Amino acid sequence: MQKAISIEGIAHDHAGENALRGVSFSVPSGSLFGIIGADGAGKSTLFRILATLLKPQKGRAQVLQWNVENEYHPIRATIGYMPQRFSLYQDLTVWENLNFAADIMDIHKREKFQILNELLAFSRLSPAKDRRTGRLSGGMKQKLALCCAMVRKPKILLLDEPTVGVDPVTRKDFWDMLAQLRGQGTTTLVSTPYMDEAELCDEVLLLHQGRVVGQGTPQTLCQTLPGSLWNIHGSESLHVFAHTEPPFPLISLYTMGGDLHALAPKGMEGPQILAEVQRVCPRAQHILEATARVEDVLLFALRNGGGKHEPHL
Amino acid sequence: MSLTFSIQTKGLTKSFGPFTAVDAIDVEVGKGEIYGFLGANGAGKTTAMRMLCGLLQPSSGTGTVAGFDILRETSKIRTRIGYMSQKFALYPDLTVKENLSLVADLYAIPRALVKERIAEAAERSGIQDLLPRRTGELPWGWQQRLSMACATAHHPEILFLDEPTGSVDPLSRRVFWDLIRAEAERGTTIFVTTHYMDEAEYCHRACFLVDGKIADIGTPHELKTRHQVSTLQEVFLTVAQLARRS
Ligand SMILES: Nc1ncnc2c1ncn2[C@@H]1O[C@H](COP(=O)(O)OP(=O)(O)OP(=O)(O)O)[C@@H](O)[C@H]1O
Ligand SMILES: [Mg+2]
Repeated sequence: MQKAISIEGIAHDHAGENALRGVSFSVPSGSLFGIIGADGAGKSTLFRILATLLKPQKGRAQVLQWNVENEYHPIRATIGYMPQRFSLYQDLTVWENLNFAADIMDIHKREKFQILNELLAFSRLSPAKDRRTGRLSGGMKQKLALCCAMVRKPKILLLDEPTVGVDPVTRKDFWDMLAQLRGQGTTTLVSTPYMDEAELCDEVLLLHQGRVVGQGTPQTLCQTLPGSLWNIHGSESLHVFAHTEPPFPLISLYTMGGDLHALAPKGMEGPQILAEVQRVCPRAQHILEATARVEDVLLFALRNGGGKHEPHL
Repeated sequence: MSLTFSIQTKGLTKSFGPFTAVDAIDVEVGKGEIYGFLGANGAGKTTAMRMLCGLLQPSSGTGTVAGFDILRETSKIRTRIGYMSQKFALYPDLTVKENLSLVADLYAIPRALVKERIAEAAERSGIQDLLPRRTGELPWGWQQRLSMACATAHHPEILFLDEPTGSVDPLSRRVFWDLIRAEAERGTTIFVTTHYMDEAEYCHRACFLVDGKIADIGTPHELKTRHQVSTLQEVFLTVAQLARRS
């Protein structure tokens, strides 16, 4: 399959955090490709390298046929990039910001009006289009920045946590739109702290402390979880502290909304697991086998994936 | 004035010109309660929170926070609350310790207590080993823990948290909620906004704001029962459909 992005042995280290320590992967053309991992796993550094804003200290990265180190002109003309900390012109109105983005990207006048209106409708920002950007709510600004990155309908979208601060309804609309763009051949590389979003990707890369610790479709990633997964429910919300050791012989035990999830060795029976859980959470009442989801996989990687989930001291 | 409520408002309203961002809300939050304030982008959460913190003058309505009038006693309110804003409020170039020292000054923590309070706040947030580190180089989830330490160093009665877990990974979010829970168990009232609906399940009560008005409120269990769904995400999707504006 044709590759839209390929990365080989990329390493980049500045100040210890958010470093990349030898990352290789490729993104098939036309796919919706997700990146997940702990805070400081190196996700944003990777985006900056692909957007040609940062030269990798080691390794090679290519966007379409171009190398990020010396062919940044064609790359910048092809991608739409939304950085995690974006900036908008706070004194311009919503419409003026979009218009400005369209103009610097050389969008033809005739198309422009229609594209901007489509984006306003999708983001539900139409009623606020004459409001000054500085006076928007946090999530509304986020949506506007997203629209600006999409003005050109770029062939390759690089989105670094685009939906942080965006409400559940708009997140759903946004992912419908990404799916639609994929249908039209757009390649999207997107990072997210929302694990339900990772499940909507064709392929997911799991980064941990600057290294790839998992890659595959959401389904195949979920199959990598060891043991069997159980959901524990009570008449009230259940809770265990994030740092408690799971009662032996459970592999892990953590909250999932108002319920608990327990990862247990294969072969252990429900009632036996429930009894163990009740030792640390007496209000636990019912247990059912559960289907693993990407959130379970990431939590497992963050706890058990080697190294500590802590900044380097 | 009621002593049983940490926060109580009647018809609290904020208009910007012809636009009513917060529309006559009646809020009652009990002492030590974890109160989730939920709603779509632009629903009015931050605006309401800023009025309660005494940072924004209401257009109409009345209310008390920690027993003080939100119209006339804002400076008294300021010293009794902690506020973690949706925007990043730390100095990235300063060390963790320097950031903590700055808020100690801001809240006029007595000289003799400063050292102890900083150590205590750092310990509670689990950042005691990071004091000499430059703030900006810490992973985001840890910077948010520092923000939490900064917001609680002066032992506030009420803690206002505006989307504290924005871009925080799933493990750090759970750790952060353990901090919130511990704070509530010490008797601090928590007023928190989030767009993560699994976190809304951790609240004692959740309030849904739609177009500046309260559309529904209850314990997670009550809300799910009332809407006959199994998650608060579904409650959100149902309630948000009532929205008319942006
Ligand atoms: N100073 C202002 N002037 C004009 N309009 C304003 C001002 N401040 C806020 N608004 C408007 O009030 C509405 C509510 O904003 P607010 O920030 O309270 O929303 P929110 O619920 O916190 O949203 P989010 O989830 O995106 O943070 C928005 O439509 C916003 O544009
Ligand atoms: Mg807000």
